[in-house]
Amino acid sequence: MRPVSYSRATDVGAAIGAVSADPESAFLAGGTTQVDLLRIYVEQPRRLVDINDLPLNRIEELPGGGLRLGGLARMSDVAEEPELVRRYPMVAEALLLGASPQLRHMATIAGNLMQRVRCSYFRDVAAGCNKRAPGTGCSAIDGINRGHAVLGTSDCCIATHPSDLGVALVALDAVVQTEGPGGTRSIPIDDFFLLPGQTPEREHPLTHGELVTGIDLPPLPVAATSRYIKIRDRESYEFALASVAVAMSVVDDRITEIRLALGGVATKPWRARQAERLLDGAPATTESFTRAAEAELAPAVPHGMNTFKIELARRTIVRALEIMAQREGTT
Amino acid sequence: MSPAIGATLNRVDGRFKVRGESRYSAEVPVPNLTHAVVVNAKIASGRITAIDTSEAERAEGVLAVLTHRNLSPVATVPKLLPSLAGLAAPGQSFFPMQDETIHYAGQPVAIVVADTIERADHAGTLIRFEYAPTPATTLLDQARDQAYVPERIFGGLLPGHASRGDVAKALAEAEVCVDTTYRFAPNHHNPIEPSASTAVWEDADRLTVYDSTQGPNSVQFTLAELLGLPPISIRVVSHAVGGSFGSKAMVWHHPALAALAARHVGRPVRLVLTREQMFTSCGHREEQEQRITLAAGADGRITALRHHKLSLTSPFDDWAEPSLQSPSVAYTSPNYEGIYHLVRGNTITPTFTRAPGEATGMFALECAMDELAERIGVDPLELRLRNYSATDPESGKPWSSSGLTECYQRAAELFGWHGRDPRPRSRREGQWLIGTGMASALYPVTQPVNPQRARARLYNDGTAVVEAGVSEFGTGVFTAMTQVAADGLGIPVERVRFVGGSSDLPNVTAAVGSAGTSAVGSAVHLATTQLRDELIRRAVADDHSPLRGADPAAVQVRDGKMVLRDRPDVGETYADLMHRTFMPDVEVLGTWNPPPQDAGYGVHTFGAQMAEVAVDADLGVVRVRRMVGVFAPGRVLNRKTAHSQLMGGMLWGLGQALLEATRMDPRMGRWANASLGDYLVPVNADAPDVVVDTIEVHDEVVNPLGMKGVGEIGVVGVAAAIANAVHHATGRRQYELPITLEKLL
Repeated sequence: MRPVSYSRATDVGAAIGAVSADPESAFLAGGTTQVDLLRIYVEQPRRLVDINDLPLNRIEELPGGGLRLGGLARMSDVAEEPELVRRYPMVAEALLLGASPQLRHMATIAGNLMQRVRCSYFRDVAAGCNKRAPGTGCSAIDGINRGHAVLGTSDCCIATHPSDLGVALVALDAVVQTEGPGGTRSIPIDDFFLLPGQTPEREHPLTHGELVTGIDLPPLPVAATSRYIKIRDRESYEFALASVAVAMSVVDDRITEIRLALGGVATKPWRARQAERLLDGAPATTESFTRAAEAELAPAVPHGMNTFKIELARRTIVRALEIMAQREGTT
Repeated sequence: MSPAIGATLNRVDGRFKVRGESRYSAEVPVPNLTHAVVVNAKIASGRITAIDTSEAERAEGVLAVLTHRNLSPVATVPKLLPSLAGLAAPGQSFFPMQDETIHYAGQPVAIVVADTIERADHAGTLIRFEYAPTPATTLLDQARDQAYVPERIFGGLLPGHASRGDVAKALAEAEVCVDTTYRFAPNHHNPIEPSASTAVWEDADRLTVYDSTQGPNSVQFTLAELLGLPPISIRVVSHAVGGSFGSKAMVWHHPALAALAARHVGRPVRLVLTREQMFTSCGHREEQEQRITLAAGADGRITALRHHKLSLTSPFDDWAEPSLQSPSVAYTSPNYEGIYHLVRGNTITPTFTRAPGEATGMFALECAMDELAERIGVDPLELRLRNYSATDPESGKPWSSSGLTECYQRAAELFGWHGRDPRPRSRREGQWLIGTGMASALYPVTQPVNPQRARARLYNDGTAVVEAGVSEFGTGVFTAMTQVAADGLGIPVERVRFVGGSSDLPNVTAAVGSAGTSAVGSAVHLATTQLRDELIRRAVADDHSPLRGADPAAVQVRDGKMVLRDRPDVGETYADLMHRTFMPDVEVLGTWNPPPQDAGYGVHTFGAQMAEVAVDADLGVVRVRRMVGVFAPGRVLNRKTAHSQLMGGMLWGLGQALLEATRMDPRMGRWANASLGDYLVPVNADAPDVVVDTIEVHDEVVNPLGMKGVGEIGVVGVAAAIANAVHHATGRRQYELPITLEKLL
């Protein structure tokens, strides 16, 4: 890696001050992706500000029934939090289906949202990549792209957003809390992830030195009946080929509330709004599920090796909704 | 005392490994150490037109920046020769950094030496290369029309084509014919320890290299040729090796580059390959396709087998993994034709990779056999039995030992094969389609050609040290040798210390081809039994011994005590005799001369594989539920480590079937997934219920202890059993590995 200076921040203000004052600096939290990227020269800051000592790792009740997850809370701690498991099971499932136990002990919630893409061309500094080096072209569009996205792509970038957690959070309408040189702000999660468009290097609306301090989960009773379904080549320790976060309630065989989001197939954690619209109030039948899944994937664009993902995503949506409908039917 | 051989003995090095105390080649403490990092070509073909090293040379901590312009050239570049031959064993007939030509992406183009590995690595990125690229061939599809049939492959050890009988006639007259083509993605070894070399020049002509290798002597002989030094100038030490799977079976460039760099800077140099470099520095299983044509009668009896392989090799060597060897003798077939077709491409020479050849060749044959069984309506196991060959079908000679039919029978019992409904899609559990499949496993018994040596020294307290130049790369060989030595000497295993891992020790060939344990084991057996016999001879000749005058053949040793076989109360210990006769120790060098390859027998190891899979009917996900593997590997030295190796082999077979694939981007000529995040191997969660069993066969031909090897037979046939099970579950034949879910959507 490029030689780098390192310091530990002890309070939030000092951390933000240190990073925002130096354009070649970066926060360092769990480091589970970032250190890899430093070692392969994809990220080359001159200065790292370690924020692991900041008091941002708590999980707190919010007034009105929501939960606030501290930005530095570890994946493993959040996944085991009893109130989260009870009220938002799909969040716990998404966390436990990601990475490995060792990584989950290190990786933070904020870092999970900020993780960079797994596209091998992004990680190969000798290859063209608009996200890493704007204007050098996208090597993946005509390359080895089995893992790449079919939704939310552009002619500049087709890299899949790798987060599982983000998919569940998008379904829940979580809110990202930040603090930066200009003060604090709240960013709705769907606005936190940007589509690549013509500027794939911009992945989120944060300014330099702005820190994710927490993630708010809103009160949402339907989330208590939710699942995260993840399809991948191997049984563990792998990113999704397709995943679905779903919360659903059914009354008299009709869907009364639905939250649906997709992972593994899109350039950002993908709220399936088109499918939600069709499912809301519809009978909880495989026919409804299939129609909704087809509508959601209608705008999908394949790129050779990843063509199968369109059909896989459709079928995974149907599978997830069927699982929910069966469970709802028995309660 | 119960015999040590065959017992379950925990690994003698297990405690050190678990505690992190084992010293790997990149961990040996060396004073005044420096660190080297290799810089690799990013283009696949062309030449270097300009190099600017000035910025790298100015970087902090940098001691040297070496390119073809200032690296001292190697003395000779030896020709590729498999390390089993016991001589210099370079992985390819090419050594980099001798000129400006680039033959493949990943070819070393520079070495940076610095005081820390991080500084060396960073300085490497500061070297500016200009290239004149030329068009590259990195996929079979780019140059299929340029395929040729090599006269010989595999370093000249095997013919490029072979035939018997009249295949064309048999095909024309066949009642049933199966003609299929199978495609195989390239595979990489991915041991957990990346290759590493630490080179220390003791003086101008004495070099010590700590190297992660399957054969310290191979490294010694190869370095001698490359560096132009006699073997006496070079010592190679390999204390512990963190897995290999063939990646350390041949000698690649890094030990010589480390030695050259160390000589240049005048200080010891440590060179550790990165995980990414492991994809371009140690060979791989080549991209290939295989066409099988099976002709048979209506009863399923094979009348002809035609087996053609097409694969990609390097500009330097006619290398193909020998995929045709085991399939050619798997079943009785009067007519046979096997031909290798090669395409030259811009790649490092491929190499041994986990059952090299057998893993792919038997996949093709055993999938075709399953298709034949379906075509004629015969149970797949019954079809194998009908075509069982009691002799080597190639030579007509008897097998030295077989056990194949017993393996089938035992596997069928353990698995519950009989009564299987052969109809595809006949079993379903909820979303899961359930299927079962089977395959035969064959692996040749390869023998070294050179004498294998081990030294045994017994001290007068009754403890023994036994030495041979083999390295421990995870197989458990040090543990098994402790057992062989204990039995040979007639003392408990606790009193034996086995020492290996150095070219200073008695010469054994590299531990490759599943032959390592049998090669060194035969030498250890001879050394220790000869030492035992020497002491018995001295005892019966000693006037003060209770055994005085006894027939040496009537004396046996138990727990360190020489006693009369029929009067165990008469005798004395080794220690008694040695103290009385002023012997501090006794030492014997045992030498095993392997039998010639044409000893009048066919020599192969056999087994049977069965697998049950569940395939998600909608999503295509394949999960292996259980596997049964039964093998006849001859003498088993350690039940525990042997079972571990066989089970590990079966899980590698699972990886071959469902996960493993290196993907080439032909536009760049580089691998697109050179990391363990992108190249998938099975994890524990993928491992199903695995049952391993062995059938005892006695083999007096192969070596003194009748060992046939457990290193790789476990891999062979697994992928076919899984693919056949996937067909049974879904009705869809699989012609390409790995079987990823999009093939089943």
